[in-house]
Amino acid sequence: MAGFDVLVEVQLRPGIADPQGATIERALPALGFSTVSGVRAGKAFRLRIEAADANEAHRTAVELSARLLANPVIEDALVSVSPAATATARA
Amino acid sequence: MTCRTAVVVFPGTNCEHDVCEALERVGAGPELVWHAAGSLAGYDAVVLPGGFAHGDYLRPGAIARFSPVMAAVAELAAAGAPVIGICNGFQVLTEAHLLPGALQKNKGLTFLCQMTELEVANEHSALTAGLAAGQRLRIPINHFEGNYTAPAAQLAELEAERRVVLRYVANPNGAAHDIAGICNKEGNVVGLMPHPERASSELLGSADGLLLLGALLAFAKGPARPAPVAPEAAAAAR
Repeated sequence: MAGFDVLVEVQLRPGIADPQGATIERALPALGFSTVSGVRAGKAFRLRIEAADANEAHRTAVELSARLLANPVIEDALVSVSPAATATARA
Repeated sequence: MTCRTAVVVFPGTNCEHDVCEALERVGAGPELVWHAAGSLAGYDAVVLPGGFAHGDYLRPGAIARFSPVMAAVAELAAAGAPVIGICNGFQVLTEAHLLPGALQKNKGLTFLCQMTELEVANEHSALTAGLAAGQRLRIPINHFEGNYTAPAAQLAELEAERRVVLRYVANPNGAAHDIAGICNKEGNVVGLMPHPERASSELLGSADGLLLLGALLAFAKGPARPAPVAPEAAAAAR
């Protein structure tokens, strides 16, 4: 078993209302950012998963994302897995 | 038969006393039940009131779904008893998969707190039995995530099975098919975004909510349905 750092990004699915993203986008021109569009707000979760290999860690993350972190009716989850950084680096 | 209605209180629920007050008015015998309760044996109906269960962390209803009481709510639902989710309670019922679809953020970016006019679309559910199809009701809403959505096939199924219980006359939040409330196939599990308890007296601007809650009482006592109480409770009652 090894530790894996997992990033789960939960995004509203296309077509689902995202007032937070829309509001942020509308605020940007006031700061002079006139070239930005397509702002979507989401959530990011960082997890440490113990697994035999990266594939197993990925499967675990996908399952827990579907069952808890995201609501599949309105959200998609994107899972990224990388070997865990050392304990020192994390502290 | 006296009716006993469990009004579930999650950490962050905030409409439970209003719901109890309104249920008292129709004689539905409300009793507050903490979310850690493992059983709802002996109750004839259950209401999940509005608020912010578990702080609405992650998503409204996402954590409440795992509260111990939810297994008992599912049992009561399967037994045919009225299970009503109001506002946040509706969100909990969808997250618990007792009702399909999801409540997304309101179209138009704003939290909505206003009176709405509703039309009864199904006169057989636990909240609308005895009302007339097309009947208009005035009941307020108070939500940010009240914009009902579901996959197109699911919406078509809801319509085909006449499971849309209430529709907005003037859609305030972008909800698909103007949906304000839906029910399960059996009609005993109902979720709605409007707050009937806030329309429980003319002093509040409308008493139409009592029609819905009165229907709950009638449905709970209805003779055409098997007793929703657990077997051991039924035995104790005899």
